[in-house]
Amino acid sequence: MTTIKTALTKKEPVQKTDKKSVYLTKQLNLWYGDNHALKNIDLDIKENEVTAIIGPSGCGKSTYIKTLNRMVELVPSVKTSGQILYRDRNIFDKDYGVEELRTRVGMVFQKPNPFPKSIYDNIAYGPRIHGIKNKKILNEIVEKSLRGAAIWEEVKDRLDENAYSLSGGQQQRICIARALAIEPDVILMDEPTSALDPISTLKIEELVQELKKDYSIIIVTHNMQQAARISDKTAFFLNGEVIEYDDTDTIFSNPSDKRTEDYISGRFG
Amino acid sequence: MRYVEQEKVIKRMNGRLVVNTIFKGLFMAATLLALLALVVLLYRIITQGASHLSLDFLMNFASRFPEKAGIKAALIGSLWLMAVVAPTSIILGVGSAIYLEEYAKQNKLTTFIRLNISNLAGVPSVVFGLLGLTIFVRAFSLGNSILAAGFTMSLLILPVIIVASQEAIRSVPKELRDASLGMGATKWQTVVNIILPAAIPGILTGSILALSRAIGETAPLIVIGIPVIIQFLPRGVFDTFTALPIQIFDWASRPQQEFQVVAAAGIIILMIFLLIMNSIAVIIRNKFQKRY
Amino acid sequence: MRTSVQEMIAQSKGKKNKKFIEKIIPWILLLIASVSVLTTIGIVLTLIIETITFFRRVSVFDFVFGTTWLPFSNKEELYGILPLIVGTLKVTLIAVIVAVPIGISAAIYLSEYASETVRRIVKPVLEVLAGIPTIVYGFFALTFVTPLLQTFFPEIKIFNAISPGIVVGIMIIPMIASLSEDAMSAVPRSIRDGALAMGSTKFEVAWKIIVPAALSGIIASVVLAVSRAIGETMIVSLAGGSTPKFDGDFAGSIQTMTAYIVQVSKGDAGYGTTIYYSIYAVGFTLFLFTMLMNILAQYVSKRFREEY
Repeated sequence: MTTIKTALTKKEPVQKTDKKSVYLTKQLNLWYGDNHALKNIDLDIKENEVTAIIGPSGCGKSTYIKTLNRMVELVPSVKTSGQILYRDRNIFDKDYGVEELRTRVGMVFQKPNPFPKSIYDNIAYGPRIHGIKNKKILNEIVEKSLRGAAIWEEVKDRLDENAYSLSGGQQQRICIARALAIEPDVILMDEPTSALDPISTLKIEELVQELKKDYSIIIVTHNMQQAARISDKTAFFLNGEVIEYDDTDTIFSNPSDKRTEDYISGRFG
Repeated sequence: MRYVEQEKVIKRMNGRLVVNTIFKGLFMAATLLALLALVVLLYRIITQGASHLSLDFLMNFASRFPEKAGIKAALIGSLWLMAVVAPTSIILGVGSAIYLEEYAKQNKLTTFIRLNISNLAGVPSVVFGLLGLTIFVRAFSLGNSILAAGFTMSLLILPVIIVASQEAIRSVPKELRDASLGMGATKWQTVVNIILPAAIPGILTGSILALSRAIGETAPLIVIGIPVIIQFLPRGVFDTFTALPIQIFDWASRPQQEFQVVAAAGIIILMIFLLIMNSIAVIIRNKFQKRY
Repeated sequence: MRTSVQEMIAQSKGKKNKKFIEKIIPWILLLIASVSVLTTIGIVLTLIIETITFFRRVSVFDFVFGTTWLPFSNKEELYGILPLIVGTLKVTLIAVIVAVPIGISAAIYLSEYASETVRRIVKPVLEVLAGIPTIVYGFFALTFVTPLLQTFFPEIKIFNAISPGIVVGIMIIPMIASLSEDAMSAVPRSIRDGALAMGSTKFEVAWKIIVPAALSGIIASVVLAVSRAIGETMIVSLAGGSTPKFDGDFAGSIQTMTAYIVQVSKGDAGYGTTIYYSIYAVGFTLFLFTMLMNILAQYVSKRFREEY
């Protein structure tokens, strides 16, 4: 608890301005076959904030974030009901193409997963598949994205090398740069530091703070200190339900639900 | 009283260890026997055929006289055959594998296709010859051309290429797929840009091994009526031709002792052909092994 | 300010194309994947249609139960398939006698005794053995194994069932060895450790634990190998002869189903003659035999799959 408290005091207080919603989830239910994995989720996620989703393993937090860009549908036998409005448009609408949605919403995964290609080709992949072929523009995008992911200085002289020659932490930042390359509106991060060492984790956390200025970030994390350190809002998931959703300060210092308190004080999870 | 008397057990142990040693020897001998068969086979064929190997042998057409008999038409014919079989079987095989691994839904049709492929792999090659004879030679009026033989051989090795390609595609980590789809890439873009490049070493290795099987297959060629004595080279895929294994078969089934030597020389050429292809497969496998 | 990437994406051409491609690709791939199904249908239809034509001229009863195969006779042509089946079974029997003990022994050795180094050398060599064209094996049978047998058993003829049988056996050893070894290697390490920790010798572990546990896989490998032996063509064509006989003689010339198809194809049996159609009837019989074996192998490995 003490570490969480100190992390909190360092952070600036959340401004209570009326930000616009980026994701508005209404009565979302999701089933894997017969398994009811998400139950009546209501969440209002604001733009240009870092929203952390915490909860014990199997609580549905990963499922929820994958639902936001509909990656969850890659699992066979998934059924959903309810609505998720992304910028006021229901992502489950028939005429809303998943490709279009995923072009606006980037994702960073648990394990660093660069493509077995050169660093340059990794970053240029997104723009290329979306039809940007101009070499000069691509060069600019690659540099800008790598700078944005704070890894440009480390790799600028080895852009032709295979991305797998980098360390795990660097690979994850390459993956973030890859997501930045198409200048998404939202970045979803599914436990992005769970496979990394503490120093790489710190770098990614600093990066998230930096990215917040231009992007809305939704991050699933297993690590409560991390949520406390970097997020503005926190949602606590348990057994497929949202137990509590509030300013991070409030969640960690004055939770209104007994179960949230139990979880953040380490009584289970 | 104890049920297990340790002393007795120890005494019996020696006997049990002897049995173990004897059987270990037997199992090893069996393995060596199989390897010995390979050595004897290769040794016999090299000693039989080496004397007939010469530049003339490669440059001459077939002949009634063993000393003049050459393998030119068969060698070129086999190359032509590969020129048809390789693209046909690889396009069909890889396409089928992509469908089964990436697109097919888990339904009865998919199960049926999978089951069918494994059964097709067990059909004797001579039966494929009958299929080729009826469909390609007669129904499509291709005659005993390179194209008819090539299509027949392509269908014969198709199951092998499909299975090898499926394995290669399956071994591409799921994370790469997710990353690409997560950027808004379409399924086909993901297949072309991410999955195929990562799976290509495995696909190539499997395909080359399958193609080397096609080079050595004889029975289907005989059944579709590929001729043996040919004194010219084919100029296109609609021409008739002859191929290495069928030429060897002809020499081997002649009664004169001299032709046995010619047959052995032909086998050496065939085996060199296979050796080169297999080496390429091994090189590809080693070069691209383990990249993630 | 420069236009943003998102705007460039929105303006990029080919959106319609992309959608069209995504729609059409699965159908093209399904079409390609259906080639293998069409092949099977083609094989079955071809065999059935031409076999029906054959049975318009030769009675089914005579074909199935006839003990004389005499298609090239000037007087009365006889199409009783039993001699060809007997020829096939003779070769298969010898092959099984050769290949099963050696193949399974090699599998036990590789899976239970051999070091990693030995395995790494032996397995590719077995693959080579499996990759040798059957025409080469046939030549080996005719020019080496038969003369070798004749020096010990002068009563063996130039064409016989034993020599091709032995060589077909050698050909299917790699198949039995590698599939059986796969089945044995799939038995978990912990089961081996459990038995070894009680003081069992390696042989006892192999024979009493591993082989029974992997039995379904071993049997399936043998059945598949038998199917290969039945369908094997070039070895028997070169070394088996062309004398269909309904007897138990292994030393003299025989003819198998496959060798008959080759014999007719080599000659000029004109299109439309009864002999021409007979190769389809024989091919159909052969197809049924191998298909039965393949289904049996699938059944055995599914039905008796061990749960670890």
